[in-house]
Amino acid sequence: MGGMTRGGTGRSLAGWAALAPAGLWLGAFFVVPVALVAQYSFATRDLGIARVVLPWTLDAYRLALDPAVLPIFWRTAAYSLSATLACLVIGLPLAWFVARHAGRWRLVLLGAVLVPFWASHLARVYAWKALLAEDGPVNRVLGLVGLDRPGGLLLTDAAVVVGLTYGYLPFMVLPLYVVCRRFDPRLLEASYDLGHGRFGTFFRVVLPGLAPGVVAGSLLVLVPSVGDFVTPALLGGVNQLTFGGVIDDQFRGGNNWPLGSALAVLLLATVAVLWVARGRRAREVL
Amino acid sequence: MSEEPRETPARVQRVPEPSGVPAVELRGVTRSYADQVAVRELSLRVGEGEFFSVLGPSGSGKTTLLRMVAGFEDPDGGAILLGGRDVVGVPAYRRDVNTVFQSYALFPHLSVWDNVAYGLRRLGLRRAELRTRVGDYLELVQLAGYGRRRPHQLSGGQQQRVAIARALARRPRVLLLDEPLAALDAQLRAQLRVELTRIQREVGTTFLYVTHDQEEALVLSHRLAVLRAGRVEQVGTPADVYERPASRFVAEFIRSSTTGGSNVLEGTVRTVTTAGDVATVEVAVGEGSVLAELPPNRALRRGQPVAVAVRPEKARLYAGEDAGPPSGWSRVPVRLRDTVYTGAATEHLVEVVGAPGALLTVFTQNTRRAGEAEPGGGPVLAGWEPRFSVLLDDDPSGDASSEPSGAARPPAAETGLTPGSAPDPVGVTARSDVR
Repeated sequence: MGGMTRGGTGRSLAGWAALAPAGLWLGAFFVVPVALVAQYSFATRDLGIARVVLPWTLDAYRLALDPAVLPIFWRTAAYSLSATLACLVIGLPLAWFVARHAGRWRLVLLGAVLVPFWASHLARVYAWKALLAEDGPVNRVLGLVGLDRPGGLLLTDAAVVVGLTYGYLPFMVLPLYVVCRRFDPRLLEASYDLGHGRFGTFFRVVLPGLAPGVVAGSLLVLVPSVGDFVTPALLGGVNQLTFGGVIDDQFRGGNNWPLGSALAVLLLATVAVLWVARGRRAREVL
Repeated sequence: MSEEPRETPARVQRVPEPSGVPAVELRGVTRSYADQVAVRELSLRVGEGEFFSVLGPSGSGKTTLLRMVAGFEDPDGGAILLGGRDVVGVPAYRRDVNTVFQSYALFPHLSVWDNVAYGLRRLGLRRAELRTRVGDYLELVQLAGYGRRRPHQLSGGQQQRVAIARALARRPRVLLLDEPLAALDAQLRAQLRVELTRIQREVGTTFLYVTHDQEEALVLSHRLAVLRAGRVEQVGTPADVYERPASRFVAEFIRSSTTGGSNVLEGTVRTVTTAGDVATVEVAVGEGSVLAELPPNRALRRGQPVAVAVRPEKARLYAGEDAGPPSGWSRVPVRLRDTVYTGAATEHLVEVVGAPGALLTVFTQNTRRAGEAEPGGGPVLAGWEPRFSVLLDDDPSGDASSEPSGAARPPAAETGLTPGSAPDPVGVTARSDVR
């Protein structure tokens, strides 16, 4: 995506003019809000009302970087990394199959992957709430083999990871699908020909070949699951509080906008670092 | 047994006599897809150290043949032997062969060096050994110093050389090459052709080379097999196949690239004369008469339709009656249709007078300046020595399925030589007037 806009050198005046609407949109709805949040993070909390006041301080950051926040940070990292890994394990075979073996069903199956996006994220999380409840189907099936859990599977780490995995799987499948389509199957024959079996071929040729998609998909899953506060809030409990949840709390419940903004800025900075570090080859896909 | 003369040993100055166990042997190999037979009852032997080409038009089954030897596909029937061992069912990664792919199939995420080293990873070489081996083979293909580059930083010709080094570095018993030059432009192709010959001479590995380019096959090979509809039509040295095509198909497939003439003339037997132990047959083609030496094991009847081929550089054009071919040569009145100047030679496309549609291509070496003494637009004469005429069998070109699909017959059996079986052979007459 990025490569295309960067591709054109020496854009004409008309070209810039054509970009103006998009630029205005981005400016009004992305740059300005982010700048406001950044500004808030250096302000002082106004007790009582939900707004910020002067003077400028670094207090919010001092609070945000307090060791007490650290466990929440690690928990968030663990959830989103687990969800990313799960998406990869599920998404890779799925994308490979759809891209290479589905024949004329390819687009139908690809559409099926996208169908859940038509329903609201919130509604889908509620659906999982029902599925994982004590009298829900998942717990009942587990009960058949004696693995059911009193109180259902809700309010557990597993529930949050399952919810995140489900919610962001399409983000993983789409870039993987692209690289699987692009993968030259003759490389498989070349690898077999040169003495490597299926196992060696997968790790030495297939996986490196799909690497750009793996990195892109992982970022697309990791980033929103780090910021997601709905899924942990609905499927988890107080022990499943995540970074996004804390930020949400500062704005809605705690009325501490500077702290919320500081946390958001830190999150944004982390994501930005990941984005920049995603590597040259991942840029071909994302 | 009758295939022995056609299974001519390779040219001695280029390759050691192929002896003992063949490097590759196919026995009655058949392979079909859904409704199509790609390779049928095909048998072939490739000697150790030979540069052997499989030549055929697209769809003749040559790539399928190669893929079966490589292990990417298994035959429906028959045996494939590598060094005397049947490898049918053995996966590609356990076969002592390596492939150079038409599309190169280099690993894009690996450097040139790692691409060449890739096949050596499972061989258990020591680190120093691996390094020397990769270096040696990069040097062999003249790419020493390119090790750090990525495939996409190389030209097509360089990429193909990496592919050759990568495949050869495993020191396979047989190197399989699947139209390796097809994707390159003409000049690079010519260059790499020379390279391939040198590399094969240096490493001495058996090369099994698949191509649809007759010129490539003729230039590169010690021996070659011409494939048609999944069967071997002829096996022999390039000279054999070119000068003595075993069938009409071979004669027509290996033809002039510019004017595209197949130089196969249809005619009827007029007389057969014997002088000493050489029998000469005279064939009427239009208003002309073509003389050919009759192979000792073939009989022809008077009035029998027969096809005769002559290679374009063997025939000559004469300006008219006063300057015609010597007596005892074929003599065919023709009309000039087209002239193509190709640099070293001029190709004349002529039509036989009295036989509409019978076209002949004649090459004339441009030893004189262009424009001097060119035949004019009028009728001229074409002529050539009888020994340059090749009598083709009756097998009409095209429908291959009409051939009996019996056991794996030796290729020569298909040429239809029928010793003394003609019911009414033309009597041995006194040497008749060939005019």
